[in-house]
Amino acid sequence: MSDKNSYWKSNLKLVAICMVIWFIVSYLFGIILVEPLNNIRIGGYKLGFWFAQQGSIYVFVVLIFFYANRMAKLDKKHGVEEDE
Amino acid sequence: MELQTLTYLVVGATFALYIGIAIWARAGSTKEFYVAGGGVHPVANGMATAADWMSAASFISMAGLIAFMGYGGSVFLMGWTGGYVLLAMLLAPYLRKFGKFTVPEFIGDRYYSKAARIVAVICLIIASVTYVIGQMKGIGVAFSRFLEVDYNVGLSIGMGIVFFYAVMGGMKGITYTQIAQYCVLILAYTIPAIFISLSLTGNPLPQIGLGSTMTGSDVFLLDRLDAVLTDLGFADYTTNARLSLTNMFMYTMSLMIGTAGLPHVIIRFFTVPKVKDARTSAGWALVFIAILYTTAPSVAAMARLNLIETIEPSPGEYMVYEQRPDWIRNWETTGLLAFEDKNGDGRIQYTSDAATNEMVKVDRDIMVLANPEIAGLPNWVIALVAAGGLAAALSTAAGLLLAISSAISHDLLKGVFKPNISEKQELLASRIAMAGAIAVAGYLGFNPPDFAAGTVALAFGLAASSIFPALMMGIFYKRMNKEGAIAGMLAGITVTLLYVFQHKGIMFIPSTSFLGDMSENWFFGIEPNAFGAVGAIFNFAIAMIVSRVTQAPPEHIQHLVEDIRVPAGATGAVSH
Repeated sequence: MSDKNSYWKSNLKLVAICMVIWFIVSYLFGIILVEPLNNIRIGGYKLGFWFAQQGSIYVFVVLIFFYANRMAKLDKKHGVEEDE
Repeated sequence: MELQTLTYLVVGATFALYIGIAIWARAGSTKEFYVAGGGVHPVANGMATAADWMSAASFISMAGLIAFMGYGGSVFLMGWTGGYVLLAMLLAPYLRKFGKFTVPEFIGDRYYSKAARIVAVICLIIASVTYVIGQMKGIGVAFSRFLEVDYNVGLSIGMGIVFFYAVMGGMKGITYTQIAQYCVLILAYTIPAIFISLSLTGNPLPQIGLGSTMTGSDVFLLDRLDAVLTDLGFADYTTNARLSLTNMFMYTMSLMIGTAGLPHVIIRFFTVPKVKDARTSAGWALVFIAILYTTAPSVAAMARLNLIETIEPSPGEYMVYEQRPDWIRNWETTGLLAFEDKNGDGRIQYTSDAATNEMVKVDRDIMVLANPEIAGLPNWVIALVAAGGLAAALSTAAGLLLAISSAISHDLLKGVFKPNISEKQELLASRIAMAGAIAVAGYLGFNPPDFAAGTVALAFGLAASSIFPALMMGIFYKRMNKEGAIAGMLAGITVTLLYVFQHKGIMFIPSTSFLGDMSENWFFGIEPNAFGAVGAIFNFAIAMIVSRVTQAPPEHIQHLVEDIRVPAGATGAVSH
């Protein structure tokens, strides 16, 4: 039982970290800070615009695989993975 | 070969392929009809989810809207991809562990209440039907163009085909069909984008091309677009926000949580073999979706630039109306593109000033389909785009109709009103429900509340305000009880529906908007399409308050919640 609890706590911590990154790349860089970031350019892209239309999407993809990978390890560590 | 013949051939061939697969995998039992026996590989499931997900809104409509909204269109890009992060982390693995067929089933069991299940079914039907209206708009646009008929005629033909198509196969048919549809639609989307990016910037990758300089000059494409637009009196492309940053924030949030609350997407994660696969499956789905979503901004910007340069080939020199290209004539037939030579000079001026602008109607939903023609690409590319657009619209419409029909036949009839119904009767009921949903959505599609993507955004708001909070609290908040969940769902969807109906009309019939669609009446300047996020906040708040003052859920429910939080002991989706 206690192992299930610590598994759940580690999961929540991991989710929280991922959600912070999720928020930063979309809402913070893509919307809230878009104007100051637009002063920085990468090629023809203004940076804020790039995060809103390109960058955030790439980060989302990486984030899900990162989470899935970490969770698979966490499942094993706490012995709660499914039977093969 | 002539364009129309070629389009018939390509569209016909792809349809034959989908229908062939559907017949080959025709659903035998109810279990197969809903979840394809629970044995679909994560990559395959991800690809099918992507096809299911990317509808007429993503394929036909979104880039056209972005083309005219510029930076403001980012809400669709972030909103419709970021929701997968929520889905993968907050819902998919747990719902898979729970191992039932439908979303209302989870809500009914978790909240130990038939009433909760019925409320969930109603919310689900409202959101899904709205979503199908958006698909019908897209289908109507695509059929009207390639049959060269009026939009209303195109829509009527489209309704018939959707009905035939959705009734044919169950989920299994649909899973394999959707893999084929994904391939068709992604090729149809990226091939013209590559051609256009290559011709405008010399870079074949549209994602890079958008940030590159124009061929034969050292001006960046986006800077050129900004300059051309400001010359015509429009706002800057790259900095023009959608109403306000607050509105964009709420709009994006509404689409994200709506993504994680829409039943036809969630249902996908019941079909993977394991809990672990539900997480990676969401990742794969997003990979396949991101291919289109990172291409869309380039399609948008380049289409806008090409459109302007068709109307105004060089500064101050406008297109002669009598010499307009064929694609313009064809779209004029559909009634979705219209010109009016206001100053009688025989030329078409395009400006931001409504008094002198002579391109009086450009339905945003035609941009993606017209894009290859505007850019003068070969006919086979144009035919392929038509096939892709139809694939996108049909696959999603089919997935949604399945969700609607299973909500009615499985959740309402079998789950609540007639538990002893036979498999055969259940299947029949689900088909009748499908036909009914197509008729309602098609009827409302003759006067859609918005462009396809905007209509779909309304559906997301409705899902965001009702289903998502109930699911999330069901997993993450053990203390949430039936009273809280039911009150929350009702509050969320009521607030959102009232706001939407007040501005867009009851059941989206414009003449019934009781206070008129007045932007000065918008709450904090938030448009109806973005209001789902506010509805969701209401849902969470009301649910929390009500659950605090009512009895805690029974012991066995608390155990159920603990159980779905760990992957061990998962079984396949089971009939019961």
